[in-house]
Amino acid sequence: MTSLRRQIGDFTRLRYRRRKALSGWMTFCLTVSACAAAGGLLGVFGYVVWKAVPHFSVSFFTGLPQPVGEPGGGMLNALLGSLFMVALGTGIGVPWGMAAGVYLSEYGRGRLAVWVRFAADMLSSVPSIVTGLFIYVLIVRPMHRFSGFAGALALSVILIPIVARNTEELLKLVPQHIREAGLALGIPRWRVILSIVLRGSRGGLTTGIILGVARISGETAPLLFTALNNRLLSLKWDQPMASLPVQIYTYAISPFEDWNVQAWVGAFVLVLFVFLLNTVTRWVMK
Amino acid sequence: MTETLLSVQNLNAWFGMHQALKNIQIEFSPQTVTALIGPSGCGKSTFVRCLNRLHEEVPGAYATGKVILQGKNIYESSVDPVLIRRKVGMVFQKPNPFPSLSVFDNVVAGLKLAGIRRKSILMEVAERSLKQAALWEEVKNKLQQPGTSLSGGQQQRLCIARALAVEPPILLMDEPTSALDPISTAKIEELLAELKKTMTVIMVTHNMQQAARISDKTAFFLLGELVEFGQTSTLFTVPKEKKTEQYITGKFG
Ligand SMILES: Nc1ncnc2c1ncn2[C@@H]1O[C@H](COP(=O)(O)OP(=O)(O)O)[C@@H](O)[C@H]1O
Ligand SMILES: [Mg+2]
Repeated sequence: MTSLRRQIGDFTRLRYRRRKALSGWMTFCLTVSACAAAGGLLGVFGYVVWKAVPHFSVSFFTGLPQPVGEPGGGMLNALLGSLFMVALGTGIGVPWGMAAGVYLSEYGRGRLAVWVRFAADMLSSVPSIVTGLFIYVLIVRPMHRFSGFAGALALSVILIPIVARNTEELLKLVPQHIREAGLALGIPRWRVILSIVLRGSRGGLTTGIILGVARISGETAPLLFTALNNRLLSLKWDQPMASLPVQIYTYAISPFEDWNVQAWVGAFVLVLFVFLLNTVTRWVMK
Repeated sequence: MTETLLSVQNLNAWFGMHQALKNIQIEFSPQTVTALIGPSGCGKSTFVRCLNRLHEEVPGAYATGKVILQGKNIYESSVDPVLIRRKVGMVFQKPNPFPSLSVFDNVVAGLKLAGIRRKSILMEVAERSLKQAALWEEVKNKLQQPGTSLSGGQQQRLCIARALAVEPPILLMDEPTSALDPISTAKIEELLAELKKTMTVIMVTHNMQQAARISDKTAFFLLGELVEFGQTSTLFTVPKEKKTEQYITGKFG
């Protein structure tokens, strides 16, 4: 009996040592991975800052693109164009995506819901350049011109599945008994969803929307075929429109030193914008 | 025989293929408290949820038969469940205040979301309902705090106040005290005696002493059937059915 107990004791001690070693090794691996991920982010950010800050000036925000060789100038047209298209794209994409998400979570039972969910998943994994082509065929060709509107639409198509799936997931976290409590009070279903279920998840919904907006702010490919670019300051919805990502792209691949530098500054502003969007949301949501 | 407020005839309820209630016949008189007792899974919750048409909210669930409320069958196709639920309030087993709504907004949710916005009316109703639910003294200084910040017993009384705010003639309570401490339970039992003066209460309970203390009539359910229904004092002392006797003496369940 005692010898058996000792054997079991030895066995568990051995197992314990092995488990501890394994646990240590795993923790090490996870720490390294986490550092690599964070390091990548810091590296990108640091490099952009290093390249951009020496050339950073107010005229970047107030000036318009200058002819090659003339110093100075800025990207006011691209900043305002981006703002216009992201705002319009958000205005279209958020209500649409939320409606789809509410449908999936609250009403979607059966075949149709399965298809809608599948479509949303497919849509969110379509390469964004294909979305650009889609809007090109659907809007740009019939209108015979590139336009800010087409650009905004392309951005909204990217935003819709992100918002829809996020909304669905969040609403599914709201327990059923909360909905039943609302219904039992004689509140119509749509009201329960709007004023109780959605309202209760507004923190998560806002965070999801902001992340989606940050994502479309940096999209370049879908704008190439839709809004194109514009060297002038134009906010006409049916005319070609400049945007920060496309302007950065154009300047970065140009052979001119001045323009390359401007592209770095543009990249810096874009990264800063997305960064601020994230932190401000987090702060406001607290 | 007094008049009936709510009359249930041939009520059957299903969850998909599973029949949870079989041919229930029962009548409720105004200003009474009826206790529903029976072992777990016998269909007590299903039964009360049929009375405000909440049963059909479960996917695949449906009911047949008649539930006649103030002379009208609530299962007629022309009837809007929303209107039924304003007349038949409900308190659930687990306190379920609306998250992200304040104590005040929780109490007046039924009115506010039905379109009543006048601050003076809402304030008056909130105070009256919270007093009725014996919660006013404890929360009158924290009406703007989230409803979920209250203790479990307070949350349940908040849910009662919320149900009372829309002044339903009938109140369903599904084991309202089973998740609560004895003091909160006692408070809610006291409240029932008061509520009975103006409304009809149908309460599921697991606790036989509670049923005996608070109810005028008791219904004993078993395996989806209503075995016995009668005056509480009679049912607990001289039950007609053998099964009732076995259950109340603790032989099973
Ligand atoms: N959501 C559901 N889906 C399927 N069956 C259910 C569901 N809820 C309850 N049931 C079944 O219906 C029967 C009655 O349940 P219920 O009314 O909750 O009993 P009680 O409240 O008396 O404990 C049980 O057999 C239970 O398994
Ligand atoms: Mg139950």
